[in-house]
Amino acid sequence: MPPDTVAPAIELRGIDKRFGMVQACRGVDLVVRRGEIHGIVGENGAGKSTLMAILHGFYQADAGDILVHGTPAIIRDSRDAIRLGIEMVHQHFMLVDRLTVLENVLLGAEGGARLAPGAARAVAELARLGDAYGMRVDPHAHIEDLPVGAQQRVEILKALYRGAEILILDEPTGVLTPQEADDLFRVLRALRDRGCTVLLITHKLREIMAVTDRVSVMRAGRMVAHRDTAATSVAELGELMIGRRLAAPPPRPAPRSGPALLEARGLTVRDAAGMERVKGIDLVLRGGEVLGIAGVAGNGQGELLEALAGMRIPSAGEIRLHGRVVFPGRGFNPAALRRQGFAHVPEDRLRSGLLRQASAADTAILGYQNDPAYRGRLGLLSPDGITAHGARLMRDHDVRPGDPALRSALLSGGNQQKLILAREIERDPAVLLVGQPTRGVDIGGIDAIHQRLLACRAAGKAVLVVSVELDEILALADRILVMFEGRFMGELTAAEASEQRLGLLMTGVTQDALT
Amino acid sequence: MSAAPATLPRWVDLALLPLLNLALALAITALLMLATGNDPIVALTALAVGSLGSADAIGYTLYYATNMAFTGLAVAVAFQGGLFNIGAEGQATMAGLGVALVALNLEALPAALLVPMAMLGGAGLGAGCAAIPGWLQARRGSHIVITTIMFNFLAASLLVYLVVNVLIAPGSMSPETRRFAAAADLPLLSSLGLPSSAPVNLALLLALLAAAAVWLLVWRTPWGYGLRVMGQSTEVARYAGIDQERTTILVMALSGALASGVAVNELLGAQHRLLLGFTGGYGFTGIAVALMGHNHPAGVLLAALLFGALTQGGAELAFEVPDVPSEIVVLIQGLVILFAGALGNMLRPALLRVMGRAGR
Repeated sequence: MPPDTVAPAIELRGIDKRFGMVQACRGVDLVVRRGEIHGIVGENGAGKSTLMAILHGFYQADAGDILVHGTPAIIRDSRDAIRLGIEMVHQHFMLVDRLTVLENVLLGAEGGARLAPGAARAVAELARLGDAYGMRVDPHAHIEDLPVGAQQRVEILKALYRGAEILILDEPTGVLTPQEADDLFRVLRALRDRGCTVLLITHKLREIMAVTDRVSVMRAGRMVAHRDTAATSVAELGELMIGRRLAAPPPRPAPRSGPALLEARGLTVRDAAGMERVKGIDLVLRGGEVLGIAGVAGNGQGELLEALAGMRIPSAGEIRLHGRVVFPGRGFNPAALRRQGFAHVPEDRLRSGLLRQASAADTAILGYQNDPAYRGRLGLLSPDGITAHGARLMRDHDVRPGDPALRSALLSGGNQQKLILAREIERDPAVLLVGQPTRGVDIGGIDAIHQRLLACRAAGKAVLVVSVELDEILALADRILVMFEGRFMGELTAAEASEQRLGLLMTGVTQDALT
Repeated sequence: MSAAPATLPRWVDLALLPLLNLALALAITALLMLATGNDPIVALTALAVGSLGSADAIGYTLYYATNMAFTGLAVAVAFQGGLFNIGAEGQATMAGLGVALVALNLEALPAALLVPMAMLGGAGLGAGCAAIPGWLQARRGSHIVITTIMFNFLAASLLVYLVVNVLIAPGSMSPETRRFAAAADLPLLSSLGLPSSAPVNLALLLALLAAAAVWLLVWRTPWGYGLRVMGQSTEVARYAGIDQERTTILVMALSGALASGVAVNELLGAQHRLLLGFTGGYGFTGIAVALMGHNHPAGVLLAALLFGALTQGGAELAFEVPDVPSEIVVLIQGLVILFAGALGNMLRPALLRVMGRAGR
């Protein structure tokens, strides 16, 4: 159907939204045609999530109009959105793990005081939807037993069951393997072909090219471009997102392979539930190199990192630091490892790495609180000394705003990460472990953090980087190990590695099969 | 989505807000008194005069406040580590046993030795009674709230058994031991020049010292830093390499030792013998005191003073205005806890609006 004769599914006109000092959206216009897959791309903090939250009733816009199917709409909360047929699939699923698929679908749509009749209707409807869109799920399976990809299908089915005509997906492929992502795209195309409108929010340009019909680019709260996907390219979208041409990464000097500083042999690690998540891996980390560990999230990288850092006791294997056995042995804990020139930036900084309710200065001594440098009279902690140290660290590492009394939670994600990295490299460690160095950090911050890590490498430190972002691994690592279901599928040098090869290894294809 | 809590000036948070909450609790009390046919002005005046109106009144207020300061500190220090110690009552009970065993068995010692040793005996048993739940939490994952509640019953039962069957003064009908030796008596403040007949004694100074020591330990030592990290997030503590098992057991022992101050104040300072029920619910009031005092020693001291005044003033109120049911004091305490604790931030948004407008 010609696009102009039908009112667009969603039309936004001049949307403004301000949070305190931050203008998250300014004068945003957007037209999403009925029955298309529309991508929205932008860096972290570009305003795309805020925009979608406004569309879903989570926030109200300060100014501007929303039209749904050509009719002005006021969306005060998610119930209003659902009434208008707008449903959202969040990055973190909103499912109750212990309930069945059916029970989750029925939540909030029980259809009467007695469950049974509604449940019977829902089973039939789920079967019909599953057949229509090629995503059958056993309605009586418990959510916790389903793989991540299937859980996501349940989220989509839930939305369709409630009558969604406009589906918003927020970074839907972050937790999926490439295969699962392909399945998702197939479902999205089926939805489109049957008249559904899909809004896809992502920062992965490749996905935009693969599945969308049109794409809108946001930068610093503004809509900067609308393109037909067929008429654009990854390079153009990247430039639009950042607002300048992407500079080629500066050439890196060849690694100066130093002594083996950290070694693991036959390392086996179980998670809190007793599941074996790391299955007898070997690893050698040398001074002057960056070793990258790639893989889809949840393949044991987190447990490996925690075990190497002393936070989790391995169930088998051996770890050597500077050639000395530290595990098995007494004193295998994070504090003792730190004293031996070991530093660790955790994967999840909000959960592990900083004291949200305490000041930035307090966060800046976390893990090093026993250092006599922070003591004053009578051996007591000196608040002045701690504040001065925090101020100096924030100044030297460009953490903004440079106020050591500010609560850590109020720093932006990028500045939190810079503060943690500053704390960990300040004592000139020999070995540095970094998990997800730039998760939730905007591009300016990413560059600064990458430069810091490469400077550590140049200074002869042994740097281990765990990241789910292939771009990051490729930008930093001299050697790359790919982790899949608790094992290394293969090792590639920076020269051998390409996104395609890494992608295959990440899905469990062995290196032998590649050659 | 909760917006980041906007900030008020410190004096508003620490002084104005609690005072407004207290005023609100008293206002509701006044309404209830009107509803039950009493004159609220007369009753509240009796409450105020009864708690602060004379040297004797102030003495008793301080005497009660001493108990609450000790239990409030006990609850607060554990809470800084994220541990909710409901067992100060039982820990104080066991401390009473420790105080009595030393005082009754070593009575030949001079006061300068006997008093400190009795205190140590009390602190030791109080600490032990709290460290076992701490150990169970750290090593076995048994929830501290459940175990400390259960230890309250264990301690109470043990004390009843020992006092009734073993320690009772020969020939006595009431369940209490014989009088401790006079050398075990803590000096009353009246003997140091305070013009008051109240049993307020040296334990008050001990409580002030304890508050200062807790502040130094928690806010000025690396161990205290680790404790506060653990209280904010066990995940962050794990990352930072803080020995959480050790910290949990130690802070619980410290908490139990602080609760033992009740036994020192009551038994060495006032009763001079071990008797049943001397803990008088102070262990539970301590939870409210810590809550109202924001788990900070200075706040705990102020809240203890308030609750001490309510206890003393309430007793006077029941005496002076017999028509007022004695439950009214419990009611006032409940309202103070409700407004200062549970609804402590109820007035915040309004204050923020007012202050914001004034600041613009």
